[in-house]
Amino acid sequence: MTDTASPAQSTASTYYDRLWDAVIAIDERRAVDTVLAALEEGVDPETVLLDVVGGVQRRIGAAWAANEISVAQEHAATAINERVVVTIGGQLPRPQQTRGRVTVACVDGEWHALPARLLAEVLSLRGFHVDYLGAQVPAPHLITHLHRTSPDVVALSGSIPTRLPVAHATITACQSAGVPVMVGGAAFGPGGRYASLLGAQAWAPDARAAADRLAQGPLPRTSSHQPIDDLPHLADQEYTLVSRTSTQLVRTVFAGLEERLPEMRDYTDVQRQQTARDLADIVDFLAAALYVGEGSLLNSFVRWTADILAARGVPAASLTPALSLLAAELRDFPRATSLLASAQAALAAHLS
Amino acid sequence: MLTDPARRSAAPAPDLGWDSAPSPALHVGADGVLVAVNAAARAILHSAAPGRHVDDCAPDWLAQAHRDRADEKADGAEHAGRVDDRTFLAQPVGFPDGGVMWWLIETTDVSMLREDLRAERERADFLRIASDELLTSLNVARTMEVATELAAGRLADAAWIIEPDVRGRHTAVVCVRGERPRRVMLDVRAQELPGLVEALQGFPPVPSRWIDPRLAPAWVVPDGFGSMGSVVVTALPGHGVPAGALILLRTTEQRVFSEPEEAVARLFAARVGAALSAARLFEEQSSITDILTAQLLPPALERADGVDFAGIYRPAQDTSRLGGDFYDVHRLGGGESLALLGDVCGKGLEAAVLAGKIRNTLQALLPMADDHRHMLELLNSSLRSAHETRFATLVLASTARVGDTVRVRLTRAGHLPPLVVRGDGRVEEVLGKGSLIGVLPAIETSTHTIDLAPGETCLLYTDGIIEAVGGPLGGEMFGEDRLRRALTECAGMPAEALVAHVLMLATDWLGGAAHDDMAVLAITAPTGPQPHGAGTDGATPAR
Repeated sequence: MTDTASPAQSTASTYYDRLWDAVIAIDERRAVDTVLAALEEGVDPETVLLDVVGGVQRRIGAAWAANEISVAQEHAATAINERVVVTIGGQLPRPQQTRGRVTVACVDGEWHALPARLLAEVLSLRGFHVDYLGAQVPAPHLITHLHRTSPDVVALSGSIPTRLPVAHATITACQSAGVPVMVGGAAFGPGGRYASLLGAQAWAPDARAAADRLAQGPLPRTSSHQPIDDLPHLADQEYTLVSRTSTQLVRTVFAGLEERLPEMRDYTDVQRQQTARDLADIVDFLAAALYVGEGSLLNSFVRWTADILAARGVPAASLTPALSLLAAELRDFPRATSLLASAQAALAAHLS
Repeated sequence: MLTDPARRSAAPAPDLGWDSAPSPALHVGADGVLVAVNAAARAILHSAAPGRHVDDCAPDWLAQAHRDRADEKADGAEHAGRVDDRTFLAQPVGFPDGGVMWWLIETTDVSMLREDLRAERERADFLRIASDELLTSLNVARTMEVATELAAGRLADAAWIIEPDVRGRHTAVVCVRGERPRRVMLDVRAQELPGLVEALQGFPPVPSRWIDPRLAPAWVVPDGFGSMGSVVVTALPGHGVPAGALILLRTTEQRVFSEPEEAVARLFAARVGAALSAARLFEEQSSITDILTAQLLPPALERADGVDFAGIYRPAQDTSRLGGDFYDVHRLGGGESLALLGDVCGKGLEAAVLAGKIRNTLQALLPMADDHRHMLELLNSSLRSAHETRFATLVLASTARVGDTVRVRLTRAGHLPPLVVRGDGRVEEVLGKGSLIGVLPAIETSTHTIDLAPGETCLLYTDGIIEAVGGPLGGEMFGEDRLRRALTECAGMPAEALVAHVLMLATDWLGGAAHDDMAVLAITAPTGPQPHGAGTDGATPAR
């Protein structure tokens, strides 16, 4: 082989390409066969899970983010990938559970369960006793589960930044039940910057790093602090007020946009709904930025929305009046005002 | 006139009450020799007398204070120390000739109070921390670990918590200071340790009991503990049930337990007992809940006889996992299955119990699954004769493969019409009338048959989906139109992805608002031959 990559890597990348083709064609049989063949050929199970299945899943996410596939297609492809993991579960080695007990769950409201599922599988491969709760776990169930099983750690996965306030409540609740929390996923920001802000005991950039960290030894249990200690800026109530009045804000901005943008009068019902949805998303991201006390997640969401609008054939410049209208509504809120100004600047720089 | 310092220094007389002053006073000359000693000072320093050197008759700390003063060291320092079991603060008053009058102010009461206060604060802190930590978990094993760790950290050098025996064996946790608690099964007789049997019984209340370390059996001494100095056995007061016993061990290097320390140990034991009984009650109750819940939760669905089934469920209330929506898939043999999805009016546990009864009744009626109408009539009269005030809506779907396609025979009883997602993205509604179950003595039904080509889906769902109120502008119902429009993009989607997608759309629409129970069931004709290990691998995670 003249390739500089190791044989194992290049084999894994062959299977990655084959799995991508199968998943995007929604061909469950071919997807399962591909991954079983990889295992049979001796590709390391962890590599199969994280680099083949996980790699394809990241590509699905990227394709959705780039508007190359629809939400429905993303769900279909993800479902195939999940089926692959369930099906090969029986073929994976199951070592003795010698390394402590871990509860793996998603932040409530999270629909992307696959990263958590992959982590659960990898931890099982490494000899942990894993309880995988999956997505859509309301906090009361999670806490009841913790009281019943007393794990050494909760691994909490989250990909949506707007769920950070919920994630914070969940982290605090787990810690109040005496269980330390490790978090991971795109929601926690580049480098996991929101993980420590929200009081998590650990953050891991990916499943491998998470397993490595947990293999080093248990996380500290006690973290006796009040949730407000993490986020003193919440005292100004801006988050509370914005999130409580979010639909009112969306309606006002929507009405304002209709006045400012004459082309909106020709929008179809579906387009109008999409616009309302986009505005609601911006308000949600603004609320999340108010919660964590910094604007980078709002700025990157605004830049991303501009790209998506362009891909949909909507002039991205229409975001500018939307942000101005929102800022006018929130003029009495200093933090929201400055976050929106920074988003406006980020948008201008992105569009120029 | 008191202007001659030399005279004043040499002779402090006239006395003016100095000798009988309540505080001890020593007049020490510049050379360190005592000039005069008042009565109070003589009473505590028996050998102090004029003419003797301060080093020979005063306590070391006072003699040192005098030297320091002479060397002009420790300026402004406080001089204090003990005389026998009393404590004094020494205040110097200097004379121009270098002599010093040392006034000793007694501080015995103050320092005792300070010491008591410090010890009391420490005990209160310990009990506060103990309460905080014991309150965190409702897990019995974890609570025992926390309790032994706390006890071994503050009350003793090692601590045991021993549970009442189960078939002759005791579950126990032991923790040595500085180590992690260990869980052990003790296969020992409680009688071996004096006081343990009484403590484990928990009633009548017995005081904590001191054991002669020589009487303690070998198993009580943890590995590497060293030689044992004192042992105390204390009952953990449970609330109605024996909670176990706490054993505290101290090494010979440590002092024995003082009276206040024993009092703290008793208070600590009371908190541990309360925490452990709460944890036990929670454990029992939640295992009962789990067993009952498991009976009422919708089943995990599988691919059956070449037909894909997938279901998803979200109850109205986050606190219980149960609600009034339900679904089931029964294999009937001969390649046929009966799928059903329904909705009992109301939500919560009462609705869930009735939903469970309906599922059981339908299961008993499976032998007549060929005749949907008959099945529904029997269910109707069964519900009516049980004097149920609630009613239900239901869809029955019998499935069988015919070549590549799946033939579905659908009968609706007051339920929303199923939707069919065709291969080209068209979404069709399966019409037909049918009455509610459990209201009128006679019911109307009509049965329709549809064929699903590979990749096509027949979707059954409850009203919680389309009656979700929210949306970006707020106050709007999700509605059937929006659902149908969303489904046009779902052609060829696998059953599991489709149900998850529909539930996600409705949940996103809600944006966190309250909602009714929601359930979705997909019947899908698989594309192509079945994958490896097919037949039973189509599990949908149940919640």
